[in-house]
Amino acid sequence: MIQELREIDEIIDEYQGQKNALIQILLKIQEKKHWLPKPALLWVSERLNIPMAQILQIATFYKAFSLEPHGEHIIRVCLGTACHVRDGPKILEAAEQHLGIKSGETTPDLKFTLESVNCLGCCALGPVMMVDTNYHGKLRPSEVPEILEQYRTDTSALTNEQQKRKPTAQHQPASPVISR
Amino acid sequence: MTKITSRKELEQYRKNLQKQKGSKNITISVCAGTGCLALKAQEVVDNFREEIKKHKLSANVEVKEAGCPGFCEKGALVVIHPEEINYIKVQPEDVAEIVSETIVKKKVIPRLLYTDPHSTKPIKKESDIPFYKHQKRILLGNNMKIDSKNIDDYILYGGYSALAKALFDMKPEEVLEEVKKSNLRGRGGGGFPTGRKWETTRNAQSDKKYVIVNCDEGDPGAFMDRALMEGNPHLVLEGLMIGGYAIGANEGFVYVRQEYPLAVENTEIAIKKLEELGLLGKNILGSGFDFTITVHRGAGAFVSGESSALMSAIEGRVGEPRPKYIHTAVSGLWNKPTCLNNVETWANVPLIINNGAAWFQKIGTENSKGTKIFSLVGKVNNTGLVEVPMGTTLREIIYTIGGGVPNGKKFKAVQTGGPSGGCLPEKYLDLPVDFDELYKVGSMMGSGGMIVMDEDTCMVDIARYFVNFLSQESCGKCIPCREGLRHMLRILNDLTTGEATEDDVKLLEELSEVVQLSSLCALGQSAPNPVLSTLQYFRDEYQAHINGECPAKVCKGLLTFTIDAAKCTGCGLCMKNCPVEAITGEKKTVHHINSDICIKCGNCYEVCKFNAVQKATGKQKKVVSVERR
Ligand SMILES: Cc1cc2nc3c(=O)[nH]c(=O)nc-3n(C[C@H](O)[C@H](O)[C@H](O)COP(=O)(O)O)c2cc1C
Ligand code: SF4
Ligand code: SF4
Ligand code: FES
Ligand code: FES
Repeated sequence: MIQELREIDEIIDEYQGQKNALIQILLKIQEKKHWLPKPALLWVSERLNIPMAQILQIATFYKAFSLEPHGEHIIRVCLGTACHVRDGPKILEAAEQHLGIKSGETTPDLKFTLESVNCLGCCALGPVMMVDTNYHGKLRPSEVPEILEQYRTDTSALTNEQQKRKPTAQHQPASPVISR
Repeated sequence: MTKITSRKELEQYRKNLQKQKGSKNITISVCAGTGCLALKAQEVVDNFREEIKKHKLSANVEVKEAGCPGFCEKGALVVIHPEEINYIKVQPEDVAEIVSETIVKKKVIPRLLYTDPHSTKPIKKESDIPFYKHQKRILLGNNMKIDSKNIDDYILYGGYSALAKALFDMKPEEVLEEVKKSNLRGRGGGGFPTGRKWETTRNAQSDKKYVIVNCDEGDPGAFMDRALMEGNPHLVLEGLMIGGYAIGANEGFVYVRQEYPLAVENTEIAIKKLEELGLLGKNILGSGFDFTITVHRGAGAFVSGESSALMSAIEGRVGEPRPKYIHTAVSGLWNKPTCLNNVETWANVPLIINNGAAWFQKIGTENSKGTKIFSLVGKVNNTGLVEVPMGTTLREIIYTIGGGVPNGKKFKAVQTGGPSGGCLPEKYLDLPVDFDELYKVGSMMGSGGMIVMDEDTCMVDIARYFVNFLSQESCGKCIPCREGLRHMLRILNDLTTGEATEDDVKLLEELSEVVQLSSLCALGQSAPNPVLSTLQYFRDEYQAHINGECPAKVCKGLLTFTIDAAKCTGCGLCMKNCPVEAITGEKKTVHHINSDICIKCGNCYEVCKFNAVQKATGKQKKVVSVERR
């Protein structure tokens, strides 16, 4: 806990505690933790002297932020226009079917979080799915299960960073907040 | 790094680079843009470095991680200079052969060349490939020559000479005058004259002014800003600095969406290198001009690409638009005069300063000057980024450069301008594309997304897609935009399940008008465009949906899948691929689909090798409306 707040201090110090860097600070925390745990937000609120309400307003407005723990692997299926006309929705369906969750949800074992996004900027390769930082382009729905299974089994490829990402008991999901 | 403190030193620095370059006479450029990286470009680069070392060729051969030239679909791309040999779809395994054959023995490997589908002849040189040949790539042209992480590459090709020219040979007013004379119009969507915007900010009275690069690129299906920012960040930054000088701003921001990590990285590296060389900071090149640049990452909100919203976001607040009774050019970031331009707009500036407004004036049409980069995607053979002079016709872009519609399908429409644009039918294929011509026929330039649709695309579904997108992205501040779009979406959803009537479509039109007229920002004001343009050109498809049919056989609520007993061999492939076990049948006997269970995913239709699965459209008694919420 103390260790974690120290990490957040480091991020805040990087921006000299400037209030207007709030979004950049939240982005860095999100990158480190893969969600925004409540103690972290309270600490940001304290250090920057910004009301918690304003922080939650930002955390719920921008899509990059999550107030709930995310899975070990983040799957982003593109539903942008270029991918849409090339069967992107079917890729999402295939992933939903395979994982047994809907877009926006996390598997109960906290392995995968499934999201849809509006464009990953490599439209020429549509339909595109991104798992963590890897792009999978020109996909067929039938290829999706195999790709996802690779991530399930390949725990050796998990970096320390990803290991840490597993939410611990201290990280209770933030109390239900207005979600869009 | 030693600092460059004068124009003379910059020229000397460039001369030294040219001298060093002279000794290495072969360059292997590998595209390291996001698209190619997704296709293993990094491994290709690593293998090249290793092979070159193994063959002891390091003194003679340079391996370069270059920027995206736009033909991402054919990645990973490799171009070998000086012969300009262009290899496509290069796999890491191919590298050893390329080095031993092409580099050592000077032999071309035909298998890796691009083959023209029409003449079926392999093409050796990059510039001979039709996809590139018919373009005019004044902005993207250098991407493949430049390692975007290496400032020296940019300087070698004349980089920052436009900045030096502006700082030493021109007064700020003269720079402004040149940009005004060029008639450059903003590439972010609206096509507003750039010089006029600069002038407003320049003339505003204030102790402090700002300039901003808009690299939010929220339009789905567009990636030209990404290719420029990743592939040639210095071109954009040089433009920004020149703009700062002309406008009287000493501080610049680059707003990049966080979904573009490589663009963020390359921009940050570029800024750091500039600072190290003394080309950013105080007294740049000894001219007395001070300038700093900061990168600000967007956190994922389409509406935050709008100018006033973007400025709120940089201030650390929620990125919602505000009424613009006073323009951001006069009162923007922290209420100071702020000039915001799109990535591509800024990238044009160094070219205009170097070559003069008269040169720029010669490219393009009467009222739209210069080139425009389009992101040509969808149902088209050569997808990718296409840079052409304004006024090039849709037909040239889609057929000559894009190679037409694949698989012998029929062209149906092209959607231009992103979510706020429109869909144009075949009869407009000869339309010269510029800001005004597109507007005249109910579409717009937008950021340059161009999505080609064939007979398998349903226009009602496309309209529904965009309205769905925009209703999710509406910030919700104004009622017409928030509620109007939601209601329009409901009607469109009903259409896709055959539950809408003619009155509903009338209401859809009325709502479109209300939302257009009464929304605060351009998101709401332009949101109905896809609906209105599809109603204008594809009204018959709306009518068909009212009658319970989807002519393109896309809308799930109006589809049935059956198995033709005469064709079914009982191979069981469909059964294996059905996600909901709607298919039954023993091996080698005719299979059957239970339409009560079927969720119309179409897997069976796709996998059946005997065309035994039939897709039919027509309203069902019991409609399972999958898409309805
Ligand atoms: C909802 C909305 C989203 C926008 N998104 C972008 C964007 O992603 N990139 C961009 O350059 N302009 C975007 N714009 C246009 C900007 O508001 C602004 O007009 C433009 O960046 C100005 O640059 P220009 O004069 O160089 O075109 C958007 C506008 C609206 C209303
Ligand atoms: S038009 Fe829509 S997006 Fe724009 S300010 Fe109003 S509610 Fe927000
Ligand atoms: S369309 Fe999909 S759900 Fe329906 S039978 Fe075919 S595979 Fe099964
Ligand atoms: S639309 Fe899918 S990557 Fe752009
Ligand atoms: S990313 Fe390599 S060609 Fe576009």
